[in-house]
Amino acid sequence: MASNPYFSLAVLFFAALGFGLAPLGLAWLWAKAFSPPKPNAVKNAIYECGLESRGDAWMQFHSAYYLYAIIFLIFDVESVFLLPFAVAFTGLSAEACAAMLVFVLLLVEGLAWAWAKGVLTWA
Amino acid sequence: MDEGLKIELGKQGVFVTTIQERYNWGRRNSVWPMQFGLACCAIEMIATTMARYDLARFGGEVFRPSPRQADLMIISGTVTKKMAPQVVRLYNQMAEPKYVIAMGACAISGGPFKQGYNVLKGIDRYIPVDVHIPGCPPRPEALIQAFMTLQKKIDGQHLTGEDRPRHLNSEAQGEFPVPVFGEHDLEPAANPGVWPVPVVIQTGNKEEVNKPQQ
Repeated sequence: MASNPYFSLAVLFFAALGFGLAPLGLAWLWAKAFSPPKPNAVKNAIYECGLESRGDAWMQFHSAYYLYAIIFLIFDVESVFLLPFAVAFTGLSAEACAAMLVFVLLLVEGLAWAWAKGVLTWA
Repeated sequence: MDEGLKIELGKQGVFVTTIQERYNWGRRNSVWPMQFGLACCAIEMIATTMARYDLARFGGEVFRPSPRQADLMIISGTVTKKMAPQVVRLYNQMAEPKYVIAMGACAISGGPFKQGYNVLKGIDRYIPVDVHIPGCPPRPEALIQAFMTLQKKIDGQHLTGEDRPRHLNSEAQGEFPVPVFGEHDLEPAANPGVWPVPVVIQTGNKEEVNKPQQ
């Protein structure tokens, strides 16, 4: 058995296991012998900020917020593509420039739609 | 074990100790306070942890943002009656062994706001306080002094026997009732298991009055 090339590995494996488990076992024994657990409802409460938790975490947002999401998308996507477009502008061919303008036009349409719907007017 | 014999043995190069001593040594030097400030005393508490005063020298620098990981609650400042239930609840949620330092005039007695309608007249009405520090606010040195006093207290706690601390005693009180913000005042006004209502003796008519302080 000792001639097996993996013997030393097995010994090290069990030593490592003991190294991890022995402190846990000792702590468990210590708690058993000396430190009695005293759980109660307040102590075991889930929330840790001092306040009691109440209500449901699954709250719903008003669906009207989708308009803000769309407008954010228009400006966000536009800026992401406009920056490389502006950097590479002098080296672009006419077709690439036209394609980019079509793209910007699509986004401007979205903005015009939002404007017509009165979303840009803050109530 | 006899202290003189221990010193004598130490001179001969023989060092002896007890489990209790090691246990208390470990706990004393790794008191983790809760990251929790209530009022202006909290600024002094923060100063105590910073480089100039350096609470880390005593093993108390690891401020924990969760009560589950903290050993020490430093009540640093005025406890309003609105805040008191939260303080008591957080104290309940700390794991044993837990200690409390009441820092400053407000935390120990209500301080300059004692006559006010909405300030608790000492947090020791609801939770057991180990060290009181006077001062408005106490200087960082005073907090360090309190910390060292607490370390001495931890050092002197016995592992077994009748006088063993609460966390080692299965019969000792484990829950401290959280007061409710009632119509006029906190209900109850104090925890009688922690804070016995003081007996006021009026010498004028030689009459003893058991008057609960509001």
